Amino acid sequence: MKIHEIAQIIKAEICTRNHDPNIEIYSACSADLMSDVMAFSKSNALLLTGLINPQVIRTAEMMDIKVVVFVRGKKPLDSMISMAEEKGIALLATDYPLFVASGKLYQNGIRGRGE
Amino acid sequence: MGTVVRDYVIPANDFTVAGEASSRVRKILTQLGVSPDIVKRTSIAMYEAEINAVIHGNGGNAHVEIDENKIYIRISDEGPGIPDLELAMQEGYSTAPDSIREMGFGAGMGLSNIKKNADILDIQTEVNKGTTVNITVFFNRP
Repeated sequence: MKIHEIAQIIKAEICTRNHDPNIEIYSACSADLMSDVMAFSKSNALLLTGLINPQVIRTAEMMDIKVVVFVRGKKPLDSMISMAEEKGIALLATDYPLFVASGKLYQNGIRGRGE
Repeated sequence: MGTVVRDYVIPANDFTVAGEASSRVRKILTQLGVSPDIVKRTSIAMYEAEINAVIHGNGGNAHVEIDENKIYIRISDEGPGIPDLELAMQEGYSTAPDSIREMGFGAGMGLSNIKKNADILDIQTEVNKGTTVNITVFFNRP
């Protein structure tokens, strides 16, 4: 699934500009604990989180996660947006809570670990 | 290829730069053409150790050596040390304060994540003296 399709499904705003729009996302991880994210090893994954701090971008970088979705109406800080743009990571923001955003993506074909 | 050696300072309690050393090492490994799986395992192990040094060790130092066979990382701090290492290695066990949990860490997964991703993990720790975490990742597992 492409970034613009993800944005459409969860009514998300795309906050970064220079990411690769053709990235294909197959799986996702929903978590507020970054160490839990680091225990997850699927590739072509996106991260859904309610946590706003620079370590979210760092964690995505370490895990090769190319798309991060911030939920519950939280918006990434400008410093996070520039850090993400530097690393080629796309940031999205949606008003849906974590469970609903995850469910909508699951319903549209994004799967979790091991599937 | 010759041995690549790098040293980084890990500042104390500064979450905005925590992970900077790991990010730089990741860049070097990618530039050297190391396989993505090895880059990811090394990045996770080093990043968790770096975060630990920030959270628990009042910052510290990272020393990295990359040769043709392996990546060796030493993260050392002069923090409080780990009184019961076996307990600290258990998933879910954490002494991190709530302020750290609010940052998304302190889930008690750090050391086990390092162990899972490193080929060799050696931790030297002494109460009131500090902790040194030695991580080795081989390009080809022996």
